[in-house]
Amino acid sequence: MVTPRAVAESVCDPELPVLTLADLGVLRDVAVHGERVVVTVTPTYSGCPAMDEIRADLVAALDEAGYHRAEVRTVLSPAWTTDWITDDGRRKLAEYGIAPPARRGLVRQGPVPLNLTPPSRLVRCPRCDSPNTTELSHFSSTACKSLHRCADCAEPFEHFKDL
Amino acid sequence: MSFDNAYEAIMEGSDETHWAFGTGFTDALSGVDRAVPSDVDSGDLATYCLMLGDDALVLSQRLSEWCSRAPELEEDVALANIALDLLGQARMLLTRAGEIEGAGRDEDALAYLREEHEFRNVQLSEVDCGPGPGGDFATTIARLLVFSSWRLALSQRLVSSRDPVLAAVAAKAVKELAYQRDHAAQWTIRLGDGTEYSRERMIAGLDRVWPFTDELFTAHPVETRLAAVGVAVDPATLRSEVDGVLDTVLGAASLDRPTVGSLSTVVGRDGAGRGGRDGVHTEAFGYLIAEMQHIARSMPGATW
Repeated sequence: MVTPRAVAESVCDPELPVLTLADLGVLRDVAVHGERVVVTVTPTYSGCPAMDEIRADLVAALDEAGYHRAEVRTVLSPAWTTDWITDDGRRKLAEYGIAPPARRGLVRQGPVPLNLTPPSRLVRCPRCDSPNTTELSHFSSTACKSLHRCADCAEPFEHFKDL
Repeated sequence: MSFDNAYEAIMEGSDETHWAFGTGFTDALSGVDRAVPSDVDSGDLATYCLMLGDDALVLSQRLSEWCSRAPELEEDVALANIALDLLGQARMLLTRAGEIEGAGRDEDALAYLREEHEFRNVQLSEVDCGPGPGGDFATTIARLLVFSSWRLALSQRLVSSRDPVLAAVAAKAVKELAYQRDHAAQWTIRLGDGTEYSRERMIAGLDRVWPFTDELFTAHPVETRLAAVGVAVDPATLRSEVDGVLDTVLGAASLDRPTVGSLSTVVGRDGAGRGGRDGVHTEAFGYLIAEMQHIARSMPGATW
């Protein structure tokens, strides 16, 4: 029988089906109490509508694997950042055509700096690897992505924003 | 593989519950640790969660009105995304408020079944600046600039609240509000420092929202009491930080801080509350909640 952790880790994100919940880094804990399985997840963005789907998919996947008493809990703290996305997850995003986020490292203390111009951080084109890209919009089809264009291959692409 | 329509394509090979439109919403705080600190008045805490939740809910509703009607496609997407972030914050805060209240009201009951005077949002979030009649994109940007600068400063301080849920919701909100503020600031500069016409529109937009800014920094007794026990933030203490941010943005946009006065309706001469925090709203608010609540009230329990 597959372990509950392995089942939970293999559930895919409903919006980005190339990533498992383990790749995305939203899976915080899988605990077994007798016949009960308690999975703890954390949301990416406050309003991410995929959270409800993720809970339902986890319960359904565990049920199918023989764990009929599964419960999904949410923790908000510590808040998720894109640093929780695994290296494997970053590679899969790039292969799927979405430029992965940079590693942000420790978030500095003090007031949040104001950015009066669009970011100049280098986002490489996931298709031709060119650094010659521009941000078209900081917002895209889902809360977690921004929209870019490559000046070399002329293709538009999405970037998983650093959060 | 071809499909007759887009819905067929996304439903392919999946059961109904896989998609958001197939299910009702579930508890936004499902399983979160939610003990109330023992020396905190739970009535005050429930009201405070409503205040911050309503601010986000009402502005979310206003921003979503722009969806498909913004000046450009990218802006449709941007405002809808910002509205979604705020809605997520509102869901967690309203869920928390309903739970502490203990009267069996969930987030939906609080959003859809309260009357106008029961909403505790600041009036700034309800100002009608379009896209309907009298609507204006520059005013929407001016409001977003003021609101996000204020809420970001507030959320940063709430991260160290003694209430674990407020602290956790705020920690997530900080990251979202930071890029919302950047978005509003960059538009303010583009319009303020753009053509003569765009500059006039931006100035008019700032003048329109400015009278509502004093309310953001006026403490309601609930905020004062909760700030004293380390749960809430006294909004008056945020003023200099927020003013500094706004001055930086306005300076970069070659604009001056508006000189129009405050609405001075927050506290009456008799000392009684007259602001949104007390449930007193502008005329536009009744129309807003009528639209927001219409389906839920006419078809109770509807899901899609």
